[in-house]
Amino acid sequence: MATPANSMRSTASKVGYWVDQRLPISSLWRDHMSHYYAAKNFNFWYYFGSLSLLALVIQLVSGIFLTMFYKPDAAEAFASVEYIMRDVPFGWLIRYIHSTGASAFFLVVYLHMFRAMLYGSYRTPRELIWIFGMLIYLVLMAEAFLGYVLPWGQMSYWGAQVIISLFGAIPDLGFISGDALVEWIRGDFSVSDATLNRFFALHVVALPLSLLMLVLLHITALHQVGSNNPDGIEIKNNKDATGKPVDGIAFHPYYTVKDLFGVGVFLILFAFIIFFAPDGGGLLLEHDNFVPANPLVTPAHIKPVWYFTPFFAILKAVPDKLGGVIVMGAAVMVLFFLPWLDRSPVKSIRYKGWLSKLALGLFVISFIRLGMLGMGQGTPAQLLESQVWTIVYFAYFISLLIIPRFESTKPVPDRVTSSH
Amino acid sequence: MSENEINRGRRRFLTATTAVVGAAGAGLAAIPFIQSWQPSARARVVGGPIKVNIAPLEPGQLLRETWRGQTVGILRRTEVMLQNLGEVENRLSDPDSMKDQQPAYIDNQSRALKPEYLVLVMICTHLGCIPELVSEVGPQPYDENWLGGFYCPCHKSKFDLAGRVYKGVPAPLNLKVPPYRYIDDRTVEIGVDPEQIS
Repeated sequence: MATPANSMRSTASKVGYWVDQRLPISSLWRDHMSHYYAAKNFNFWYYFGSLSLLALVIQLVSGIFLTMFYKPDAAEAFASVEYIMRDVPFGWLIRYIHSTGASAFFLVVYLHMFRAMLYGSYRTPRELIWIFGMLIYLVLMAEAFLGYVLPWGQMSYWGAQVIISLFGAIPDLGFISGDALVEWIRGDFSVSDATLNRFFALHVVALPLSLLMLVLLHITALHQVGSNNPDGIEIKNNKDATGKPVDGIAFHPYYTVKDLFGVGVFLILFAFIIFFAPDGGGLLLEHDNFVPANPLVTPAHIKPVWYFTPFFAILKAVPDKLGGVIVMGAAVMVLFFLPWLDRSPVKSIRYKGWLSKLALGLFVISFIRLGMLGMGQGTPAQLLESQVWTIVYFAYFISLLIIPRFESTKPVPDRVTSSH
Repeated sequence: MSENEINRGRRRFLTATTAVVGAAGAGLAAIPFIQSWQPSARARVVGGPIKVNIAPLEPGQLLRETWRGQTVGILRRTEVMLQNLGEVENRLSDPDSMKDQQPAYIDNQSRALKPEYLVLVMICTHLGCIPELVSEVGPQPYDENWLGGFYCPCHKSKFDLAGRVYKGVPAPLNLKVPPYRYIDDRTVEIGVDPEQIS
């Protein structure tokens, strides 16, 4: 005789079976969680993929709530943000989660990208994963810029003015000219209500949708070929009798638990910033943006938020408007070609020589230093230094082509190593 | 119809033409969406010409007006200011205003209809900041032999008192001169060419 608990369980399993016949829930779970095998030697750097996903979710949830109170109208936008900050219950918290979340998102994405460069995760057969990742990064930059315009403070307004006028560097090509393009983007003869309104639409609908699509493609492509690992070894080349990679462990529960720990640490740090330094001393939210937009007065020192400053420094390093825009664009676009530029016979930095390690180290220093210089006033000394680091930045990509020609690499083991 | 009666060439042709027509249709359907981003009829009306009374301007004084959301400056230049225009020419990158930054009817040296009144769109041609008028002659932190002009605080671009850009600064072009005309000696209309009717 069935006990009530037993009959309930069988009813639940019947419903589960009914749904599973119509929606591939259990096979999805199996393929992507319980029987998705990842190398067992993932280290610290492997936290930032799942943390990027977490940052996206945080931005989506806090963003949805902000749209409930924000007004995309040049006359009301600034006041509506102040209304969120002062009058909406916990509005300040939701807004600070969103504004700090943008910086956190970029931080984890930069670390995630660094991991790929460290262990050659963009190399064959993972080129498409890298390209989708770079597209995510591009959309993220657009998303961050558009979002920064929405509060309609001084830095929003003048940041928009500067960034849009970059398109004005395009010379008159007959069918299109920089000036016509700038007017089309603004929808007016200056940055105005029309600009704010369309930026809002792109920020809350168009770009988040493309982000979600690209994340789906990124993860689907990843699960097709499997994750890389710190040794840069293909674990699928070494399977046991059941077809399971010998060096692989199931994503769930092993890496879900590991990532959950990372989530905990991340959220502690994130909460600390939100509660104790939400503007990051002007680094995360610039002081000029607490002044309403005024088209007649330019702030003395226009600079983007920290995650754009490396590219801003490169823009300023070139003493020509069109040239600067081209070099800055190239600094981003060259990353797309990493899978084909890196000619080393080994993927992971662990088995490359000291010269490759030095090159990557210099690249990281150039990126950080350019980021610092991009925040500066642009004195002649800073300009000169920006030019030096811009050269170092681009030299890295050439070094990937050249160093493997003469550098001897260490032998790559057949099995993943436990620690290094 | 049996298998061997299938005309594969016809099938390919129909598939290809359908795809081409479909793509053309999708391309045409994009036009209204792309066009919707152009300045609206309202923006064009608001961006219409403005009339400015220049009678109250003292020599050396700058009047700022807003036209199409842009700051337009009207500077009444003194005799000394006009003389200094010739002095700085070897330090300018485009002293003869060869690049298309002014209407054709603007005299190229003083860049004005009447040399006394300079009308300029005061938006830096570098990245769109608003340059300041620094009319004092004498050493400045950014220039030891300053003869008066416009200085952009954002990225240190310098322009002379005709809005012509100095060499070796980030701004690539002279400041823009908007279309304008004199209605009478006291009134300037910005946004209209002289021959146009307002």
